[in-house]
Amino acid sequence: MKRPNLTLWLTASLVYTFLYIPLVIVVVYSFNDSRLNAEWVGFTLDWYYKLFRNEEMLLAARNSLIIAVSASLLATILGTMAGLAIHRFRLRFLPVLAFTPVAMPEILLGVSLLLFFLQVLNLTLGMISIIIAHTTFCIGFVAIIVRARLQGMDESIFEAARDLGATPWQTFRLITLPLIMPAVVAGALMSFTLSIDDFVITFFTKGVGEPILPIQIYTMIKIAVTPEVNAISTLFMLLTLVLIIIANRLDSGMLQGEKKS
Amino acid sequence: MNKLRLTRWLVSLPPTLFLLLFFAAPSLLMIVTSFRYPGEFGGLAPLSAPETATAEGDSGLYGMTLETYRFFFSDVLYAEIFLKSFAVATATTLICLAMAYPVAMLIAQSAKKYRNLMILLVVLPFASNFLIRIYAWMIILGPESAFSHFVNHLLQALGFGPVMLLFSPFAVIVGMVYVHLPFMILPLYTNLEKHDPVLLDAAQDLGANRWQRFWLVTWPQSLPGVFSGSALVFIPVLGMFAVPDILGGTGDILIGNLIKDQFLGTRDWPFGSTLSIMLMLAVLCVAGLSTLLARPRVSR
Repeated sequence: MKRPNLTLWLTASLVYTFLYIPLVIVVVYSFNDSRLNAEWVGFTLDWYYKLFRNEEMLLAARNSLIIAVSASLLATILGTMAGLAIHRFRLRFLPVLAFTPVAMPEILLGVSLLLFFLQVLNLTLGMISIIIAHTTFCIGFVAIIVRARLQGMDESIFEAARDLGATPWQTFRLITLPLIMPAVVAGALMSFTLSIDDFVITFFTKGVGEPILPIQIYTMIKIAVTPEVNAISTLFMLLTLVLIIIANRLDSGMLQGEKKS
Repeated sequence: MNKLRLTRWLVSLPPTLFLLLFFAAPSLLMIVTSFRYPGEFGGLAPLSAPETATAEGDSGLYGMTLETYRFFFSDVLYAEIFLKSFAVATATTLICLAMAYPVAMLIAQSAKKYRNLMILLVVLPFASNFLIRIYAWMIILGPESAFSHFVNHLLQALGFGPVMLLFSPFAVIVGMVYVHLPFMILPLYTNLEKHDPVLLDAAQDLGANRWQRFWLVTWPQSLPGVFSGSALVFIPVLGMFAVPDILGGTGDILIGNLIKDQFLGTRDWPFGSTLSIMLMLAVLCVAGLSTLLARPRVSR
């Protein structure tokens, strides 16, 4: 293989710099001892202290965590079922239902769910409506991951299990589930990240009650930008970084398992 | 065989029901809502006149109507906002393409053991919160930032007045590009990675220089990747409201902001639904076009 040329290296490095500079700036300013995000004054942890004494922010973090855990749990169960059904039974309708919410602009799902919750269900918007909304778009992602895993597997394993007299449930519990487990966990982690990160759909289905993390951040950005935003952003990045490392570990573990077999 | 059928139902029914209820039904409801009249105080007017419809200020507008669609097409303002959204989406897509191509090419040409790391480095910033990625540009483009000072000094040296970078169409495009860049890099890389380097060697042997090799060999082969990446950038940009909301000025309103205002500002649900349906139609056109173009061409 030919070595990439210098121009390519230079332009690509510029793009990588473009990707990272904004985030580096946010992290650096979160330790800056100045109210203005303009120049470096000195090191401080004040913004973090302020953040941890901000009751509403803590409540918002707790709420977002509850929503993300519930939505990812629901989406993982339903999405795994959808992935299995789409792969196994060659359905036509379910793929459309599961994958369209992933592909269309988020605002459309947010708006239609808002109408539906208020008009038909007469539901007071809040945690429940957000959990339902997040589950709806996460199902597709889980189904895609699970189906991809199933597509890469040898069908004869399942046939062998059936030939040996395993019931569908036994085949699922003893063969299919252990094999797709890495994909299920990856789907769950992805749903969790998508849910805790989601702004647009949350924005439309949140109602006026409980504070939710991305909405709090939005309000802070819109009304008064203080370095507290930098602090919460940095913590947020740390959380997702940890999740990605876990997911990556699972992924490479998955690959090693494949090599062995 | 019966058991299989039972399993089939047991496995596919729960997700199907959930999505029918919370995706298909709301979408249909949105279509129905677009044909109704807005209520006096937001929301919707009743479908039929209530029996006590004698109260003052009763608009007397009930039932189904095409009014919102007529309104949409009668005011040139809405066509302008749609056009502007398309322009922003086109600009964002082209800039993303120009930035993503070198990165995707470099990854595809790098040794296999480095590729995963380079991909991870592309995806990693996008694991941070969506709003935070937009907010970061508020700092960079803010009037007191080093970058703003630099640009304005430069402009001054060239004899132009100072400009405000933040809250401008420029800031909106920068934000859009930043938020959507990996959606272009990943499909491009997937395509470029599959190219056979033998073709480039052959072109070189036949006397093609670097540019000719790129434009005559690499670029045509990469078109499916270009089109699928473009769709992945274009479609979300078309419906995006957060970027113009945070980085744009008061004049930088796109379709997404218009829809948001109908639901959370003026509370005109029927018109908001009409706008959403127009957006959906635009998205379907773009998606259909890109699938058509991205289809690998059968060589003769």
